[in-house]
Amino acid sequence: MSSIRVNPDGLSVLDRPNSYIGKTVPRPNLDRLLQGRGLYVSDIELPRMAHVVFLRSPHAHAKIVSVDAVTAKEMPGVIAVVTGKELGAVITPWVGVLSHLKGLKSAPQSAIAVDRVCWQGEAVAAIVATSRAAAEDAAEHVAVAYQELEAVTDMRTALDPATPVIHASLGDNLAFERVHDAGAVDQAFAVSDAVVEADFIFGRHTGVTLEPRAVVADWNAAEARLTIYQGTQAPHMVQNIAALHLGLREAQVRVVCKDVGGSFGIKVHIYADEMATYALSKLLRRPIKFVADRVESFNTDIHARDHRCKGKIGVKRDGTITAFEIDDLTGIGPYSMYPRTSAIEANQVVNLVGGPYTSKNYRARARVVFQNKNVMCQYRAVGHPIACSVTEGLVDLAARKIGMDPLEIRRRNLIADDAYPCASPSGLRFEQLSHHASLDKIVAMMGYDALRAEQATLRKEGIHRGIGIASFIEVTNPSAAFYGVGGAKISSQDGVAVRLDAQGSVICQTSITEQGQGSESLTAQIVGSVLGVSMDRVRVILGDTDVTPYGGGTWASRGAGIGGEAALQATKILRKNILDVAAVILQSTPAELDIVNNAIVNVSDGASRIELNELARIVYFRPDTLPPGIQPELMATKHFVPREYPFAFTNGVQAAWVEVDTETGFVKLLRHWVVEDCGTIINPQLVDEQIRGGVVQGLGAALFEKCIYDERGQLTNANMADYLVPMSGEMPDIDIGHVVSPTRESELGAKGAGEAGTAGAAAAVTNAVNDALSPFGTIITEIPLTPQVILTALGKI
Amino acid sequence: MTAAAAISLTVNGERVEAHVLPRLNLADFLREHLKLTGTHVGCEHGVCGACTVRVGGEIVRSCLMLAVQADGAVVETIEGLSDSGEIADLQAAFRDRNALQCGFCTPGMLMAAQDLLRENRTPAREEIREHLSGNYCRCTGYHAIIDAVETTARARMELKA
Repeated sequence: MSSIRVNPDGLSVLDRPNSYIGKTVPRPNLDRLLQGRGLYVSDIELPRMAHVVFLRSPHAHAKIVSVDAVTAKEMPGVIAVVTGKELGAVITPWVGVLSHLKGLKSAPQSAIAVDRVCWQGEAVAAIVATSRAAAEDAAEHVAVAYQELEAVTDMRTALDPATPVIHASLGDNLAFERVHDAGAVDQAFAVSDAVVEADFIFGRHTGVTLEPRAVVADWNAAEARLTIYQGTQAPHMVQNIAALHLGLREAQVRVVCKDVGGSFGIKVHIYADEMATYALSKLLRRPIKFVADRVESFNTDIHARDHRCKGKIGVKRDGTITAFEIDDLTGIGPYSMYPRTSAIEANQVVNLVGGPYTSKNYRARARVVFQNKNVMCQYRAVGHPIACSVTEGLVDLAARKIGMDPLEIRRRNLIADDAYPCASPSGLRFEQLSHHASLDKIVAMMGYDALRAEQATLRKEGIHRGIGIASFIEVTNPSAAFYGVGGAKISSQDGVAVRLDAQGSVICQTSITEQGQGSESLTAQIVGSVLGVSMDRVRVILGDTDVTPYGGGTWASRGAGIGGEAALQATKILRKNILDVAAVILQSTPAELDIVNNAIVNVSDGASRIELNELARIVYFRPDTLPPGIQPELMATKHFVPREYPFAFTNGVQAAWVEVDTETGFVKLLRHWVVEDCGTIINPQLVDEQIRGGVVQGLGAALFEKCIYDERGQLTNANMADYLVPMSGEMPDIDIGHVVSPTRESELGAKGAGEAGTAGAAAAVTNAVNDALSPFGTIITEIPLTPQVILTALGKI
Repeated sequence: MTAAAAISLTVNGERVEAHVLPRLNLADFLREHLKLTGTHVGCEHGVCGACTVRVGGEIVRSCLMLAVQADGAVVETIEGLSDSGEIADLQAAFRDRNALQCGFCTPGMLMAAQDLLRENRTPAREEIREHLSGNYCRCTGYHAIIDAVETTARARMELKA
């Protein structure tokens, strides 16, 4: 399982001398961030730059009767007040659909609302001024007359005939529906010894990136070129969309992404206010800066996970799971987001439920409905926490029904580690997973039997502790199957260019992006290892569409697996080119030479022959000393996209150990464990920290985070005092273990690790809480597990 | 609008004279007037801790303090603590432990951690968690940050011994 195969061409990329692969090394350039000397978009200032503030609708659904900006335009510092209709002169509307999500529909959305607002927080006017404060002052003097319309807020009644249709042209409020039926579900339930059902409820929550969304758009009319500084995960996607809707060629748009203050999927989309900022720059012919404030962030950053899912599981007395069935409903706000759409999460839920298990009988329906709330879209671990909570919640319920230990039912039903390749009943193809090895490992790490004994002892003292287990699968390394096949211009391939500079250092340009995951580090580790140079000699450049190769960026756990492989392949070519010229200089052959520790050495005895800086000096400045006809090529570029599997699935298991105070309803997280299999590990520390951070995002969803809307569509807790996020005081230490099953799709063998933590954390905690509360005969299938939810379940309030 | 007020203060050891509107908060003054962009603005209502700076030796949320209130004060920001070398060991521990990802919370987190280490030379993990519980980090899950602060505390004690 943990063996790493030998590379076919003999270049032992992963175990060369001084290899950085599999080693914990500090990320390059962290001192910049540690000293407060980074450059986030909110720090950027340009000559003639103006600031935009958006006046936003206080209503969830209303007709815009009039916008009166006369007074505002005369306020000090005000440059312009622009309505949606006026901005329409420079930017076209969009519709967030993808053709492979059959039947998905949405309505045209404008950068600033025209005639009608569809959620509380939708922009109705842009106020541009010399400072943000001046723009905010003026915004208070823009008078908008609204005629309030009935708001559709409850997803459960959104499809009722009596409910108003939000977009009349669409006919109803159904954005998307998917039905899947595999095997013989009814027959399987009929022959089961027990069938258990439950309704799972997931709170609508959001990403709360510490740096809000921010854009500086700089239209240079003299160059006819737009430069967009934006904290984005996908610069080339932004380039494509901005060009498309502003009537420009992509070559006229440059997207620059410097430091990004957190993204997690929040910053992989393109928002209406960002589009408006690009358009305002073009309209006003000057740089325009938009930085969302925290209230705007809550009202306009995509929300996620607002699902209600009915689940059903059949089980035999021997523990065999016979079938899964789900009926999922989610409300996505008034528009499907652009360009990735808001149907992906529900689609993923259908894909992923039951995924770790052998049962072939699976029926699912997912419905995605419109409502007058903020838009929902893809956020870290898209669909995974829902699918995992439903699946693992049902498995625990089945185990309880037949009186079986939660570990035992999983051992009897998880797909065997030697059963691969295989496919799930929803059609997912698995190359190589390791559910059983992972489960065995986590049981050992947590000391399962000792915890059970401790639980029993403490229970006699009235202390209620519980253990929760959650196995999961994770979608990583997506191919064009995610977006490209549906018509979105979102690249699934990534490119890397590497070159030897004139002093023997390496400059590497990659199309993946950095938001703190360590993209820069893993790229430098791969390039340094494959080439034979030390990491401090490798400079990685990312986040600039003028500079890097074309590619997708960093999202859906694709940076290491796709961008990393491109780096590996490009560096192999550069290495060959260097050895070719070295052989000429040294009157040797490439096969007799290697590059180790920044120098060309003999393969035979390791003796140093020529330093790379000396080789570079000759190539760049004294090519006249090389034999005739030799044209060295010290730059190489390669692109990579997985072709065999649409996604590289990974797997893992999480375990939670919690204590529930049955008087107050508070849950204390005592310890959390994760075992994850992301294939080849490039930097163990970075992988572990991705998982820990992901777990805590999942724990936030499990215990605290919920966007609370009232029946009129008003978000009532749009601030960080009322919307609770995990802070250090409540979070546990998190132990991480690994099983390593490299993918054979690439020489590197790396799969993604960004979603794993978030995928299973809430499921593990919910199962643990239910385990703790088992003496009370209550089952909770709703998150967040607030004291109110727990005390209600206990019948105390 | 109320007229600008004259203020005089010391920021990272340099004397600063300025005219500021009474409504300007200290975070915006540091960032927009002095271009000290290491102090970050996350929530602008005193919850996230990203804007934590030291005023008169005590850590404060610079978004909750007005610039005019800093008249006559000694203000220290992440740039100052970095250049003086006061937290070089703490920064190294954060780097070695990867106790930062996007880095946006990091200046405030370092400010709060150093504040703890000045008060309590041997904090337990729970005490570190408690002291940093006003500083929001969305990336790390906190475990690595707690490790880095704990490591720094131990190293400083060993250095003293």
